[in-house]
This record gives sequence, structure tokens and C-alpha cells, in this order.
Amino acid sequence: MASCAECDAAIALPDDAVAGEIVTCAECGSSFELVASGGSMALKPAQSVGEDWGQ
Amino acid sequence: MTAPAATILYDTVRWEEKALSGAARRAGADVRMLDCRSLSLDVDGEARGYGTVLQRCVSYYRNVHSTAALEGMGARVINCLRTGMLAGNKLYTHMLLRKAGVAVPRATVSFSRDAALGAAGRLGYPCVIKPTVGSWGRMISRLSGAEAASGILEMREAMHPLYQVHYVEEFVKRPPRDIRAIVVGDRVVAAIYRHSDGWKTNMALGGRAEPCSVGAEMEDVCIRARDAVHGEIVGVDLMEDEARGLLVHEVNNTTEFKNTVRVCGVDIPSIMVSHALEAGRR
Ligand SMILES: Nc1ncnc2c1ncn2[C@@H]1O[C@H](COP(=O)(O)OP(=O)(O)OP(=O)(O)O)[C@@H](O)[C@H]1O
Ligand SMILES: [Mg+2]
Ligand SMILES: [Zn+2]
Repeated sequence: MASCAECDAAIALPDDAVAGEIVTCAECGSSFELVASGGSMALKPAQSVGEDWGQ
Repeated sequence: MTAPAATILYDTVRWEEKALSGAARRAGADVRMLDCRSLSLDVDGEARGYGTVLQRCVSYYRNVHSTAALEGMGARVINCLRTGMLAGNKLYTHMLLRKAGVAVPRATVSFSRDAALGAAGRLGYPCVIKPTVGSWGRMISRLSGAEAASGILEMREAMHPLYQVHYVEEFVKRPPRDIRAIVVGDRVVAAIYRHSDGWKTNMALGGRAEPCSVGAEMEDVCIRARDAVHGEIVGVDLMEDEARGLLVHEVNNTTEFKNTVRVCGVDIPSIMVSHALEAGRR
């Protein structure tokens, strides 16, 4: 569990969470990127889609 | 530490990147996840310790530059630099597909608002304006008539230079769906129809997926499209034109395949991983 920096709601992290993965707050829709920090995962605001992003 | 057999190079972890790494784990293969943002390469050296690189960066610039460096340093990168550069751009791809004899929507390119209005008028309304680089239907607009076109072009003139290259396609007369076909090596491994209520059928915009069976014609078109951009693992997007049959509107070089796996039940991540491992052994 982590908490949303925007609205403080609890955000459940997937069991197989990996650094770089994007999670979205179910309450307010904010997106965060998972970053490894000392054995667990912390959240930082996700970069919004870049102009040069594509699949 | 021995070098991994393959490296998944990413800048965003989508479902696909997790699935690729899960498939590698299940195969007992030594495959490493590598965040491109943590890379700093001495490009005059040799690439050691990567194995085959599966290039999965969604940023076009990061993708082509990291590929250029690693490939130049001797690494085997899938897809290669040529494919990254060519398939990453819809205009480049369009020109190559034509040359390869693959049917494509009629298209124009213009470099100012007035010139683009002229092009749209010649194509006829409605038509579709697309950034040459990008995905998920972002910044793609249907130009319903000259007035709408003029407004949209005016906004684009104030944006990033990317949006001042006006790539405009005819609006293809097709059923309310398009097709995404996943090509791995010499095979089309699965395909889906993408349905939607709106005119854009992107899954990212809420499109619905349904399995699509791949016939000989589609297989042939997809392989020719892959070859046109010198690709190895690609997602080919097709539309079914009422009169001309299958048209290819783009080839994706870091293709998403979550919905294809979900509705077709084909283990695409494992197929991609074994292709990469096989490529490393050759
Ligand atoms: N010329 C066209 N005529 C009619 N519909 C079109 C045309 N071009 C694109 N579309 C529709 O718009 C959607 C988005 O177009 P396109 O695939 O070119 O963009 P994209 O942003 O690269 O998408 P993706 O994320 O699938 O790579 C397509 O899935 C298709 O449904
Ligand atoms: Mg695309
Ligand atoms: Zn929130």
C-alpha cells in the first residue's frame, strides 16, 4: 500500500510491481511511477505522455 | 556476473514489458530489465553484457538514439535502428510501404497551413490529419470540412514543430473497425479487430478487441509491410477498404499486444522472447 500525493487515498500496488511501472489512483485518477527505494516501492508523479511517445 | 541472454530496454513499464519479463522467467532464461533512463554509454566502446536487446522504449528519440548507440557498439537490437527510425514515422513508413507494393491510404504532406488546406481539399473531406510520430490516437483529427481544418491547422501552427508537418490521409471507407496484426520473425502470430463507436478504434481510447483470423492475403501483406521497414517484431495496423481490400496505415516497432493476448489466447510474450533468444544464438 502507498498513498496518493494528490488526494491521500490508498493505492494498492500489484504483487509483481516493478520499478518504472505506472499506477493510477482509483480515487482521483492521478498517475504515479513506481521507484525502488530501499527494498520497497515509492511513488513519484508520472511523466505525462511525451510528444514523441509512440508504440 | 555473466552477461544475460537478453535485455528488455524500456522507459515505461507497460503490461507488455512485464509480460515479456514474465515469459523469460518461465522459460528459465537470463533476461534483464533495463531502464533506458539509467543508461550512460561510452559509445566508442563495445556493447558487453546485454545479450540481444529487445528495444521497448516508447519515446521515439530515446528509442532511436539508444538503438543507434547499442547497435553501433555491436549489440544485436530488435528492432534495429533502421526499423526504429522508419516505422517510428508514419510518412516514412507510407513511402516505403508504397514502394514495397503494399496498399496504403492516399496521403499528402504539407508544410504550412495554407498548403495543408489545399491538400485536404484535393483529398476531399472528411480526411484525417496525423502527427508523423505518435500513437494511441493522440493529436489525430478528422477534418470534416474546410472550416474545421482551418481551425485545427491554426492550432497546430502554434505547437511543437512535429505538428507543423501536416500529414493528411483520405478518410478510408471501412467497417467500424481496424486490424492489429502481430508479426514475430517470419510469422503473423495473431491478429485482432479493434471496434469502436467513435471513428478512432485505438484500444487506448476504449476500442473493443475481437480475434481476427489471419488468411493468406493478410499474412502476405503483413510480411511485406514488415520487410518494407526492415522489421523483425512489429505490429501492423490495417484497414479494410470497401473497394481496395486491405490497406496498411502503419507499422509499430514497439508494438503493444495486451489485448491480442487476451482475446486470442496466444502466448505472444513467450514467442517474442524465444525469437530474441534464438536471434542471440545465431
Ligand atoms: N485514413 C484513415 N481513415 C479512417 N480511419 C482512420 C484512418 N487513419 C486512422 N484511422 C483510425 O484512427 C485510429 C488511429 O490511427 P493510427 O493507427 O494511424 O494512429 P496511432 O496513434 O499510431 O495508433 P496506434 O496506437 O494504434 O499505433 C486507427 O486505429 C483507425 O481506426
Ligand atoms: Mg501507431
Ligand atoms: Zn488520488
